[in-house]
Amino acid sequence: MALNSKIPAGSIETKWEKYKSTCKLVNPANKRQLEIIVVGTGLAGASAAASLGEMGYKVKAFCFQDSPRRAHSIAAQGGINAAKNYQNDGDSTYRLFYDTIKGGDYRAREGNVHRLAEVSANIIDQCVAQGVPFAREYGGLLSNRSFGGTQVQRTFYAAGQTGQQLLIGAYQGLERQISLGNVEMHSRHEMLEVVKIDGKARGIIARDLVTGELERHFGHAVLLCTGGYGNVFYLSTNAMGSNVTAAWKAHKQGAFFGNPCFTQIHPTCIPVSGDHQSKLTLMSESLRNDGRIWVPKAKGDSRKPTDIPEEERDYYLERRYPAFGNLVPRDVASRAAKERCDAGFGVGSSKMAVYLDFASAIERYGKVEAHKQGKGGADKATIIALGRDVVKEKYGNLFDMYAKITGEDPYEVPMRIYPAVHYTMGGLWVDYELMTTVPNLYALGEANFSDHGANRLGASALMQGLADGYFVIPYTMGNNLADDIRTKAIPTDHPAFVAAEKEVNDRINRLMNIKGKESVESFHKRLGKIMWDKCGMGRNAKGLTEAIEEIRALRKEFWSNVRIPGDIKEYNPELDKAGRVADFIELGELMCIDALNRNESCGGHFREESQTEDGEALRDDEKYMYVAAWEYKGESNFEMHKEDLIYDVVHPSARSYK
Amino acid sequence: MQHYNMNLTLKVWKQKNNKAKGSFESYQVKNVSSEMSFLEMFDVLNEQLVAEGKEPIAFDHDCREGICGMCSMYINGRAHGPWHETTTCQLHMREYKDGDTIVVEPWRANAFPVIKDLVVDRTAFDRIIGAGGYISVNTGNAVDANSLPIDKQKADEAFAAATCIGCGACVAACPNASAMLFVSAKVSHLALLPQGDPERKIRAVNMVQQMDTEGFGSCTNIGACEAECPKGISLENIARLNREYLGSMLSGSKQG
Amino acid sequence: MNWKQYFSTSIGKKLQMSLTGLFLILFLLVHCYINAQIFYMDGGKRFDEAAHFMGTNFVIRTVELGLFAFLFIHIIQGLLLWSKNRSRRSVGYQVSAGNKTSAWYSRSMALLGTLILMFLVLHLFKFWGPNRFSQLTGGGELKLYDLMREEFQLTWVVVVYVLGCISLGWHLIHGFYSAFQTLGLNTFKYKGIIRTIGIGFSIIVPLIFALMPIAFYMHWVI
Repeated sequence: MALNSKIPAGSIETKWEKYKSTCKLVNPANKRQLEIIVVGTGLAGASAAASLGEMGYKVKAFCFQDSPRRAHSIAAQGGINAAKNYQNDGDSTYRLFYDTIKGGDYRAREGNVHRLAEVSANIIDQCVAQGVPFAREYGGLLSNRSFGGTQVQRTFYAAGQTGQQLLIGAYQGLERQISLGNVEMHSRHEMLEVVKIDGKARGIIARDLVTGELERHFGHAVLLCTGGYGNVFYLSTNAMGSNVTAAWKAHKQGAFFGNPCFTQIHPTCIPVSGDHQSKLTLMSESLRNDGRIWVPKAKGDSRKPTDIPEEERDYYLERRYPAFGNLVPRDVASRAAKERCDAGFGVGSSKMAVYLDFASAIERYGKVEAHKQGKGGADKATIIALGRDVVKEKYGNLFDMYAKITGEDPYEVPMRIYPAVHYTMGGLWVDYELMTTVPNLYALGEANFSDHGANRLGASALMQGLADGYFVIPYTMGNNLADDIRTKAIPTDHPAFVAAEKEVNDRINRLMNIKGKESVESFHKRLGKIMWDKCGMGRNAKGLTEAIEEIRALRKEFWSNVRIPGDIKEYNPELDKAGRVADFIELGELMCIDALNRNESCGGHFREESQTEDGEALRDDEKYMYVAAWEYKGESNFEMHKEDLIYDVVHPSARSYK
Repeated sequence: MQHYNMNLTLKVWKQKNNKAKGSFESYQVKNVSSEMSFLEMFDVLNEQLVAEGKEPIAFDHDCREGICGMCSMYINGRAHGPWHETTTCQLHMREYKDGDTIVVEPWRANAFPVIKDLVVDRTAFDRIIGAGGYISVNTGNAVDANSLPIDKQKADEAFAAATCIGCGACVAACPNASAMLFVSAKVSHLALLPQGDPERKIRAVNMVQQMDTEGFGSCTNIGACEAECPKGISLENIARLNREYLGSMLSGSKQG
Repeated sequence: MNWKQYFSTSIGKKLQMSLTGLFLILFLLVHCYINAQIFYMDGGKRFDEAAHFMGTNFVIRTVELGLFAFLFIHIIQGLLLWSKNRSRRSVGYQVSAGNKTSAWYSRSMALLGTLILMFLVLHLFKFWGPNRFSQLTGGGELKLYDLMREEFQLTWVVVVYVLGCISLGWHLIHGFYSAFQTLGLNTFKYKGIIRTIGIGFSIIVPLIFALMPIAFYMHWVI
């Protein structure tokens, strides 16, 4: 099957405009007859469900949490990019487009990314109109900051809680549609199967997580807005419930999985403290604006950081990348930290951490502040006290969070940080209209393989989620459903629903009847370890080949030895988790297969076979400038389809931050 | 900071489902590290229970970084435990010492019925937001974001109110099981912004009516909600909600 | 919504408590001012004059009817709110937060109010009742000052009065601030002032009231 990305013809600036002006529309009376299923209520899902409800579609929304407001978009800290050029610093739609393509290491589609840059400005307008309290200047206008290695200030933010504020905005819009009767909300429900009729997605099987009952829901179209799969690594910055299940079920029903091995490793997370660790916590990237990253120059130096003199510290980012220093993109910063720790220079009890030090920022701000207050000749203690206040003002909530988790005071001693899995650029393959290879099945937000190529820049995940939900899907879905207006709602006693429900039911019964010895959690941890060690930041063919074997063995073991307590027809989180881990195991295998195939270092993924002489990542545009879209052909059997990436506008070059 | 291990006794509310009668059950948890979060301690206990063939304790949790609002334990008489402005997931075990007994209960309020063990149903909050906690602006209606300057101080105050995570600790802590802090946070957030102005009168009234319908108690200005709110939402928001309500009441218009 | 609906939501009911409470606070102020006349040490001359005015003036007597109506609303609504609020948590907590998250008197308004009500019944029975009865049955006004001097020789009466005033003080410490909070006046700028005045009022006024029976009992005034 040839992949058709359906990118409209024409110059890059006119593609989306032209698409919008010529796409088919559904008239209001017909919209009322069309039922849409939205799975997931994060930024993409909530904005899509609310927008489609407003337009008059009959929407059913599903989330596994107790409320749509809890989706993990809420945890995004830093901000959201938009090409507003409010700061008059030369930003433009083109520049945002260019930065995103380049940041993605030339593995994203130009057409999609340009559209994303175009609608970015509308997102900010929409959110402000909804009452999202973005940070403002004294003049009452919106404030911006620079973020993640960009040279313009285009990031809009709400303290360290931008994701929360944006999600609450979308959630409120969604709740409004729910109370108006346009959206029917099903919280504490998990989608467990896509129902296909005549080749098209026409509904889902969902499990009520409270009662354990299976439900059939019809929809003319199904939208998966179910986020990323970072939890395949067990430890990640994702929420405990974040999972791949919905996307994986879709994959098994024929939706191709694009670039599954593209995961983003965030450089500034609080390091693992022990085996009990259940998740990792991100410290916003904005900290790198003021913090300096270092390790001791001597291997295994176990002195307290404050006792290590300046000349015995290695500010390795500043040393290796003088142009960008501590502000290099996420992938570069992450790799460099891993390199130092692997070489034996790591700090902390685990030796798998580096320092993020605010001492010089505190002193610098303190001097400025002292000068402002007319205390030019102030002593060091006063300067430091003043500097601390400034840092507190900027990052207080992050410092508090760090102190709560580690029990250390980051104003006194440098933070310890280490990279952690944060985001997955890979996901369900979609065309320009966000439709997967299964007709009428769409994927939005992090769930699709998206616009970020091999590496996502800071503050662009929120942008993509909302772009897809608010401004893309209302047009592209209408374009397809215009042909579907004669399709009456299909009763859920249709054989396809019955068969799908039976399939789900059988699988649950199979899981419950294993009655083995090992807990779901333990399997998940074991999977995570394989993935992190062999399919994480550094990869090689040998490790990946081993990983594939190990995962296959793990799957066998899981299906013969997992222990799930409780019953099916009740609230049973262990059973929910078991289903998710089973899917993660299968996905893990595909990720390793994909990673093995991609014999190049690109984005955050360092393929050891592909590096420059001085150990920098080496991309291979000749061989790998394509999207690897994998088709499920049965157990452990995946077929790759290539979508070649064509760069009409931007010319791929090596990324240099030196 | 010195790390240490401890053994603890947990008394946890167990309740099979909404209809069943619940009771407390005691558990011994061994070798809990002071570096664990409170929920990681529960993970360890649950693993132990699964290994023993017993049923693990159900509790709500998701992001584990204090922002999703899903975790909800009432720990030794305190909503989200003893730490100030901290959710249960951010509470860490260095708070406790070897030999401690910890009593863990679900949020108690008739408007938050227990689903299982420590898990409660908080959909009442969603319905309150649906009754008016929004600005009626359809996608695509918006004007340029900078066409409406907003006084920075007001924007900051609106933000402070908007940081509510909807966890329900205010209800759990309130002797009256009142949801006023939650409702007032949303009313304040929207009333402080010019975008929220057109609907402000009807919003306060509708949300308060929905709050009453859901079966929450009424506010008697005790202040336990503010003391326990993990996001430090201030009682001033309740004063503002009252003011909004009075404003609606005293306005001459028919609608509100 | 109409007025009735506005007053019957949870905030509406609190408004009833707040407005009637504020009226009662005003009443306390007037009552306290009149009674404090005894401290002129003039054998009750000025006190009796004031009492005469209060007991016979048409306007005051009319307002008195309002006072009773408000008092009635305050008591009934307060008790209804208390019982309704209690019913909102059918299953209680095993461990309570106690005073860690709130003040005992804030949680005990119904109890304090009931204590005040019991004191009030005794108070009305001792003074207001006999006086109005005498007025209505043609006996004219009683010499209230003499009545006070007489009653406050009884130790148990003095003790009950002092306890009543203490309850009143605690009730006011919460009630004063709470009334303004319900009216939405506790803003950032005003809340400190309101709190300070409230605490001052809640200490001074009940203290003056309590000094009256004590002063008679100890023969500081004769």
